Amino acid sequence: MRFIRAASVLLAGALTAGCTLAGGGEDQAEGTPTVTLVTHDSWTVPQEVLDAFEQRSGIRLEVRKQGDAGELTNKLVLTKANPIGDVAYGVDSTFASRALSAGVFESYTSPEADRGPQRYAIDPRHRLSAVDVGDVCVNIDTRWFAERDLAEPETLADLTDPKYRDLLVVENPATSSPGLAFLLATVAEYGEQGWLDYWSRLERNGVKAVSGWTEAYTQEFSGSSGNGPRPIVVSYASSPAAEVDENGEPTTKALLETCYRQVEYAGVLAGTDQPDNAGKVVDFLLSQEFQSIVAENMYVYPTREGVELPSAWAEAAPLPEDPASLPGERVQSGRERWIEKWRALVEG
Amino acid sequence: MARTGRGIAGVAAVAVVPLAFLVVFFAWPVAGILGLGFSSGGIATTLFESQTWRLAAFTVAQAAAATLVAVAAGLPVAYLLARVRLPGLGVVRTLVLVPFVLPTVVVGLAFRALWPDGGVFTIVLANAFFNVAVVARTVGGLWAQLDRRGEDAARSLGASRWRAFRTVTLPALTPALASAAAVVFLFCATSFGVVLILGGARWRTLETEIYLRTVNLLDLSGAAALSLVQLAAVVAALAAGALARRRRETALALRAQPTPARRPERGEWWVVAAAFAVLALLLTPIVGLVARSLSTPDGWSLDGYLALSGQGERGALNVTGWQAAANSVRAASDATVLAMVVGVLAAVVLVSLRRSPGRGPRVLGETMDAALMLPLGVSAVTVGFGYLVTLDALPGDLRTSPLLVPFAQALVIIPLIVRMVLPVLRSVDERLRQAATTLGAGPVRVWREIDLPLTIRSLIAAAAFGYVVALGEFGATSFLARPDAPTLPVAIASLVSRPGELNSQMAYAACALLMAVTAVVVALIERLRSAQSRVGEF
Repeated sequence: MRFIRAASVLLAGALTAGCTLAGGGEDQAEGTPTVTLVTHDSWTVPQEVLDAFEQRSGIRLEVRKQGDAGELTNKLVLTKANPIGDVAYGVDSTFASRALSAGVFESYTSPEADRGPQRYAIDPRHRLSAVDVGDVCVNIDTRWFAERDLAEPETLADLTDPKYRDLLVVENPATSSPGLAFLLATVAEYGEQGWLDYWSRLERNGVKAVSGWTEAYTQEFSGSSGNGPRPIVVSYASSPAAEVDENGEPTTKALLETCYRQVEYAGVLAGTDQPDNAGKVVDFLLSQEFQSIVAENMYVYPTREGVELPSAWAEAAPLPEDPASLPGERVQSGRERWIEKWRALVEG
Repeated sequence: MARTGRGIAGVAAVAVVPLAFLVVFFAWPVAGILGLGFSSGGIATTLFESQTWRLAAFTVAQAAAATLVAVAAGLPVAYLLARVRLPGLGVVRTLVLVPFVLPTVVVGLAFRALWPDGGVFTIVLANAFFNVAVVARTVGGLWAQLDRRGEDAARSLGASRWRAFRTVTLPALTPALASAAAVVFLFCATSFGVVLILGGARWRTLETEIYLRTVNLLDLSGAAALSLVQLAAVVAALAAGALARRRRETALALRAQPTPARRPERGEWWVVAAAFAVLALLLTPIVGLVARSLSTPDGWSLDGYLALSGQGERGALNVTGWQAAANSVRAASDATVLAMVVGVLAAVVLVSLRRSPGRGPRVLGETMDAALMLPLGVSAVTVGFGYLVTLDALPGDLRTSPLLVPFAQALVIIPLIVRMVLPVLRSVDERLRQAATTLGAGPVRVWREIDLPLTIRSLIAAAAFGYVVALGEFGATSFLARPDAPTLPVAIASLVSRPGELNSQMAYAACALLMAVTAVVVALIERLRSAQSRVGEF
């Protein structure tokens, strides 16, 4: 009896295994061209939107996530000779110059590009089209400050004020992309000469550095579900949109004077054998349809003009008006040196 | 003479499968990415930096400490599983495996919650937490089949319980113990998520540094230099393990029937108590996770679990939690089947080589044995980037294909399966085999009639363990799984990386689901195992 049962378990297991190995082949409809889109881990797009694109264009989109923006860029650089896809989305302004100088992308001017994306153009040869903007800003837990009757900080300089001692948590720029953006924000604000000084003042004021956004935001920060001990954290301009109380009122806010702009780009990969279809995918990423879901689904701002943000965002997470940014070449040439200095100072 | 020739040809034929697998999916990609690093020059600079050697020293030290803790904690549990009859031990057998599937990011967060600024202490503890199961299961598997009468004889000759253990049982267990320790050391030396999260900005290992240089800085020559150092440390550890095993290897008196477990007597209760203390410690982070999945700022709630039937807040996932669970089960089944085929064939080859007369085959066997372990000691990011720069030469361009998921997972499981099967396979008494051969049985029949019945329980245990590891595998799966078919660990990672109360609630509920899936699978396989022992009675 038991043996029969055991045998049937074994059989069931073998069958499950069998069907996945066989089913991996994908039933590819005859004649439908398949375009492979290589993207970063943050990619979350509703299936309906992808299906609609497939219906309309007759192109089947195969999506491959390849790590964060930095990892994605490096993988594209390494596979330049024989690209792992036809089109890539997610290389950001911090890493774009590495990809461009390695010749990863080929020129493509999307007919949609002049509806707003051109404002963030980075390359005279039009190899990259700006798809979204995701600013990194210091976030604060407004309730925490209200309860203690303490004035909220507003600028980077405020964070070194002894009033805000032991309240800030940041991410390690070597291991975290918002951490790196915040480091760049301080370089942009205080210049090559002054930024390290600023960090020693932060250090004296009890800044805490953790390795990633998840630990910083969900564990150390008091304004998130984790109810951590620190009310000031480096996160995104859009984060407050996710932290609203039962009345729909935001309970955290981004300090708009501390923001650093990161633009995420898409481009046709050099060496693809179907550049036309790859171009259509770039058009799709810039289309009204796609642009209108990026805020809700990926917590970034659309680059296209006239795309409405979700209603909660107007109050909780407006797009910063005057964020800092550094030219790509300067980031490219300084990044490693800055990170090394930062490590020496903060890691000790 | 003709017989020997045919035997060697047979071994070589069997060896082709595991060797080809290892070369294509491991050696070649790793050589490819290291080669790129070498060709860009500057290796020596990194190699002779004092920082490199500080990293190496810290890596080895924390891994050694975690291995010690895991062995010390795992032994009493192994005893409990192998020798003790108490109600509810089936649950324990399942429970010890649960930590292994938990995503490192979640365990890292759980340990951070318990000890916010624990530093090295929490790194060691968390690494040990993951690996107690390796010791308990590997050693327990052999222990259960060890003939108890040797120990009883020592006792009746007047040896104390401790002396009987030290002089009779422990030497017999040493091969399994050394195997387990080597595996644990490799896991801890290359552990990534735990060190990253618990080390904060302060503590780094070779593994995290290789990751940074490859993934963020694209400094391939620096990464290659560090990989060489890592490889050297790993090979040294393997050599030490092999030495310990060789000294101790003898045919043991194994029994196809597990030695009947019995209720503990007097002094044995201390060991049982120690085992339960370990289990309680293992439970602490697990209970913490479950509690977290049930608590919201407004009190207890099942929201996270209800959310599993949806796709997360603001479409965080492209599938529901349940679909992700189904994906996990399927991918892990594939990987386990593949790894069992390759792993068991490899173990059979290793045993045959060892039994061959002459030094040559034996040295070859030792080398192959160590080579099979290397996938555990080489950074996942090195292998992953290696795939990118080499596998496009294969037909069908596998580089980013989801078909690669079971292969990548199998690569991690195979060494574990070999380590679990090999000690048992090796200790099958050669004389039984010789007798069968004398009676006219061919090599396949000998394997079927002698080796298989004696080792079937270990094979099933190894499959269960491999399955669990595949369920929890994150690194390779996260790149290779299609976004519309994430496994549970991948889904959990995307949930915790997004803001919003419901998403983190759902992430913890998904962890609970992952643990439940693991428990069910392990329980099913355990059933199979006990059914097998019934079969043996006929």
